[in-house]
Amino acid sequence: MSTADDQSVGMDYLESFPRKFLRVYLPLGLIMVFLLFPFYWMTVATFKPDAEMYDYEKYNPFWILHPTFEHITKLFFETDYPLWMWNTIIVSVSSTFISLFASVCAAYAIERLRYKGSRYVGLAIFLGYLVPPSILFIPLAAIVFQLGLFDGNLALILTYPTFLIPFCTWLLMGYFRTIPYELEECALIDGATRLQILTKITLPLSLPGVISAGIFAFTLSWNEFIYALTFISSSENKTIPVGAITELVNGDVYHWGALMAAALTGSVPVVILYSFFVEYYVSAMTGAVKE
Amino acid sequence: MAVMAEPVAAQVKRSSLWSRAFESRNFLGAMFMVPAIAILILFLAYPLLLGLWLGMTDTKIGGVGRYIGFANFVSLAKDSVFWLSVFNTIFYTVAASVVKFAIGLYLALLLNERLPFKSMIRAIVLLPFVVPTVLSAIAFWWIYDSQFSIISWVLIKAGLITHYIDFLGDPWNARWSVVVANIWRGVPFVAITLLAGLQTISPSLYEAANLDGATNLQRFRHITLPMLSPIIAVVMTFSVLMTFTDFQLIYTITRGGPINATHLMATLSFQRAITGGNLGEGAAISNAMIPFLVAAILLSFFGLQRSRWQQGGRD
Repeated sequence: MSTADDQSVGMDYLESFPRKFLRVYLPLGLIMVFLLFPFYWMTVATFKPDAEMYDYEKYNPFWILHPTFEHITKLFFETDYPLWMWNTIIVSVSSTFISLFASVCAAYAIERLRYKGSRYVGLAIFLGYLVPPSILFIPLAAIVFQLGLFDGNLALILTYPTFLIPFCTWLLMGYFRTIPYELEECALIDGATRLQILTKITLPLSLPGVISAGIFAFTLSWNEFIYALTFISSSENKTIPVGAITELVNGDVYHWGALMAAALTGSVPVVILYSFFVEYYVSAMTGAVKE
Repeated sequence: MAVMAEPVAAQVKRSSLWSRAFESRNFLGAMFMVPAIAILILFLAYPLLLGLWLGMTDTKIGGVGRYIGFANFVSLAKDSVFWLSVFNTIFYTVAASVVKFAIGLYLALLLNERLPFKSMIRAIVLLPFVVPTVLSAIAFWWIYDSQFSIISWVLIKAGLITHYIDFLGDPWNARWSVVVANIWRGVPFVAITLLAGLQTISPSLYEAANLDGATNLQRFRHITLPMLSPIIAVVMTFSVLMTFTDFQLIYTITRGGPINATHLMATLSFQRAITGGNLGEGAAISNAMIPFLVAAILLSFFGLQRSRWQQGGRD
């Protein structure tokens, strides 16, 4: 039993606990503390009253004596935060669905219809994945302005697929490749059209892949910043990351409590979604690299 | 006979034109590609070319630019802030990538051990990568605050320093501070993808090495590293690409300050193009990143080639 499900080698199981503690648990624990501390700090600051937040002499900074919701209520009722949240949801959901639709069709065509030149198109789409938003945002700003999309959700819904489609297509191509070709041949002989094959055979069989791509695409669009910062100017159209960083800082006055509350509440939805689909998320992230 | 056969043949021909079109892979393939290709051409390929063109114009926001050749690049070549941003970008990329790789590989090896609650630990480790970068960067901003930094407080209580550290006010402090924030965000990606690579290495290799009396270090040096090297190449290329073109962390924590000490090429191009309104000049700065990116992509391409050859796979 001990060898079947672990990757460790040889006689590792004979290792004494103190030794294993020093070699594995201690360094692992230290790295976890490093990785989790900012979240702890974010949470503490969110629920800490201002009096404690700015006085380290009287109060221990690591703990909250009088937890409060004042920052969160301030954020929800005195700023445009609910609108930012709404915009982020609309933009992420729509761009994810647009990208999934386009990617499923493209990946199926490249991988299964194998039309003339499909391999080169596949390669070109992969190269598109490597084009970073930081070199596209300036010309895209000009295009968005010309099309009259500036300062609206549509500007983001239409531009986010540029980094989602290449990723999703590449991932789905890998999934489609694993479905036996014979299944499609049977359906063809039975008189099914290509569209029926796609919706009744290929898609149901590659559902895990579609979910992986969707989850990853959703978190990517939720996290996107540079396009949203460039293409949106009025407060009520902003997304959470942009709104938090531009609207909660008045000149030199930082509303740290509200900033932290925005950081925490803006992260929670993605983290909840992620926690339900960890395996899908990981397979999307590693799949894109392994292919 | 011949008179009757003709209209029938025409009918057959007409219906088969449609059905043949729908059975033709090329026609169907083209139809299936339309949504993806339309979006990618309009919002990816076209802007890429437009960006190259804008870099050679003096376009301002809301105005029409005219072609000025390489004048933007000539003026950038004399611009000390631009060269500082190039230096910062390279420093940021190299420092962060080296540490990310070291900690990431170490963490992947640790996670590959026999551990209780392994999948939960893995899920938690990935959190910094999942959470929106800007939002976690806000937490780092607060951690680095000049008056209320928790790091300074702990160090003072421990008696190691006497004054609060000015994390974001001093050029080198600021550079290292953003590098640490970037490492924090990037380590999970490197660790989890390398872990996926480690899990594909067959345990029988280690068993064989064990029988031959190999030490831990030899097993790592002669089995783990060579088997992992193709995936290391790809992961690190992605990591370098993401770090080199980073924007969010810098914009949130320092906005390029103090005195441009942490400006990356991406943040400088945003400042010149969007804040300053000189689209042409900003585009030229973006375009200056392209040679570095192409170099990284080529590296990845040859890394992939090597992996296929190593694994004995076809094309």
